Amino acid sequence: MILAAAPALPLHKAGPYVAAAYIVFLALILIYVTIMAIRLSRAERELTELARERARRDAQPRDRELERV
Amino acid sequence: MHVYGRGLRGLSLATSATLTAALILVFFYAPLDADQGFVQKIFYVHVPLAVVSLCGFVLGGIFAVQHLRTGDRRNDMRSYVVIHMSLIFAVGALITGSIWARASWGHWWEWNEPTLVSFLIVFLLYATYQPLRFSIEDPERQARYASVFAIVAGAFVPLNFIAVRLAQQYVHPRVLTLGGGNLPGPMRLTFIVSLFGIGLLYATLCKYELTAKHARRQLRALRRNVLGDDAVRPLQRSAAPS
Amino acid sequence: MRTALTILRKDLLLELRTLETVPAMVLFALTTFVLFHFGLARPSIDGQLAAGVLVVTLLFAALLGINRLFVAEREQGGFDAFLLAPVDRTTMFLAKATGLFVFLAVLELIAVPAFALLLLKPSLGEPLPGLIATLALANLGLSAIGTLVSGIAVHTRARDLIGPIIGLPLLIPALIASSHAIAPLLRTAHAATAPPGKWMAILALYDVVFALLAYAVFDFLLED
Repeated sequence: MILAAAPALPLHKAGPYVAAAYIVFLALILIYVTIMAIRLSRAERELTELARERARRDAQPRDRELERV
Repeated sequence: MHVYGRGLRGLSLATSATLTAALILVFFYAPLDADQGFVQKIFYVHVPLAVVSLCGFVLGGIFAVQHLRTGDRRNDMRSYVVIHMSLIFAVGALITGSIWARASWGHWWEWNEPTLVSFLIVFLLYATYQPLRFSIEDPERQARYASVFAIVAGAFVPLNFIAVRLAQQYVHPRVLTLGGGNLPGPMRLTFIVSLFGIGLLYATLCKYELTAKHARRQLRALRRNVLGDDAVRPLQRSAAPS
Repeated sequence: MRTALTILRKDLLLELRTLETVPAMVLFALTTFVLFHFGLARPSIDGQLAAGVLVVTLLFAALLGINRLFVAEREQGGFDAFLLAPVDRTTMFLAKATGLFVFLAVLELIAVPAFALLLLKPSLGEPLPGLIATLALANLGLSAIGTLVSGIAVHTRARDLIGPIIGLPLLIPALIASSHAIAPLLRTAHAATAPPGKWMAILALYDVVFALLAYAVFDFLLED
C-alpha cells in the first residue's frame, strides 16, 4: 500500500500494475484479431460454396426451352 | 468501386514496426519518473489510447457531416466504424487509467483526475450510439439519425473536457501528472512514438473493419446473383450499416 | 417566425387545456425533494449540496417534459402535416424549444420556492436574482438539447429510454456549470449575491454552441 507522501512503488510492487495495463492493451487487440479471423473464415467458406455452386450450374445441360428455339 | 483493402498491408506493417519501436523505447530507453517510478510507464499506453479515441470521436462527427451533406452511405459506414473503434479504445483508456489510479493512489477510480472523469462521460454518451441505431428500423433513417447524433456528440467532446477540467481545478491537483509538467526529451520522444503507434493501430483496425464490411456486402450481392433471391437471408434489424 | 408562433401557441393551448405535462413535472420535483430529505437524513441543506440537489431534481423533472415533447406530433400525424406545409422546417425546432423553455420556467416557478421551503437552510431573498439568471441560462441549454434529443428519440422504438440516456451525458457540462454557479448563492455563511462569472460564461458558451448546433441539424430529423 502506498502512503500519501511516500515515493514511488518499488519495482516488484509496481511491476504487476504496469504489466496489467499493457496486457489489457494487448488483449483488446488480440480479441479484435480473433473476431476478424472468425469472420474471414466464414467469408471464405461462403465464397468456396458459391464458387462450387456456380461451377455446378455452368456444368448443367442447358434449359430445354432455350434450345428449342 | 472503392477498394477498401488497398494499402492495408503497408499500413499494418508500419503499425507493427512503430508499436515495436515504442515498446522498446518505453522499457529500455525512457528514464524512470522521479515521482511515480516504474508505474509511470503506464502513461505511454494510457494517454495515446485516450488521445486517439477522442480524435476518433471527433472524426466520426466529421464523417457524419459529410454523410448528411452528400447523402453518400459510405460516409455513414465510415462514421460508424470510426466511432465503434473509438469506443473500444476508450474502454482501453478507462481500464488502463483505472489501473494507473490504483497503482498511484490506491483505489480503482479517482474523481479528481479530470481526464478519467471526462472520459467516463464521453464513454457513457457514445455507448448509446449503438442502442440508438438498433432501435431505428428504417436503414436510411437510422443512418441519418446516427449522423445527427455523431455530430452533436463530436461537438460535445471538447466542451465536456473543458467543463470537467474547470470543475476540478480548485479542488485538488491533478493526480496522474508527470511529476514535472513538461516532458524531458527522452520521455517526449517515447511518448510521440507511442502516440504514433497507437494512432497507426487505430487507422489499421478501422481500415480492416471497413474492408471486412465491404467484402461481406459484396459477398451478399454475389450470393444473391448466383443462388437467387431466396438463398439470401433477409437482413435482420441491426445496428451496423449494411 | 409566424409559423413558429403558431406551433408554440398550439402547444401552449394544448398544455393549458389538458394539463398533462407540467403538473406531472412539478409533482415529480416536489416528491423528489421529499425523497432527498429522507435519503440525506438532514433537516436542511445549504451550499454546494443544496445546489446539486436542486439542479439534479430540475434536470430529472425536465426529462419528463422532454419525453413527451413530440409524442402528439408522432401519434396524430403532426409530422406529416408539417412536412407537407410550405414552411421553413426549423420553425418546428424553435417552437418546440420555446415551449419547453416555458414549461421549465413554470416548473421552476413552483419548484424553487418549494425547495426553499422544504430543504434549504438559508433564506432565498438576496440570492434570488442571481438564481433566476442562472436557471434562465440553464433552461436555454436544457431546451435546446432537450428538443434535439426528443426529436431523435420519438422515431425510435425505445422512445422513453433513448431520450434520457442520450440527453443526460450531453447535459452534464450544463449541470456542472449551473450547480457550481448556484452553490455560492446558497451558502449559509458568506453567501454571494451574484453567481461567479466564470461559470455563467461557461453556461452561456454551452448554450450558444448547442443551440446553434441543434438548430442546424434538426432539419435532418424531420425528413421522411
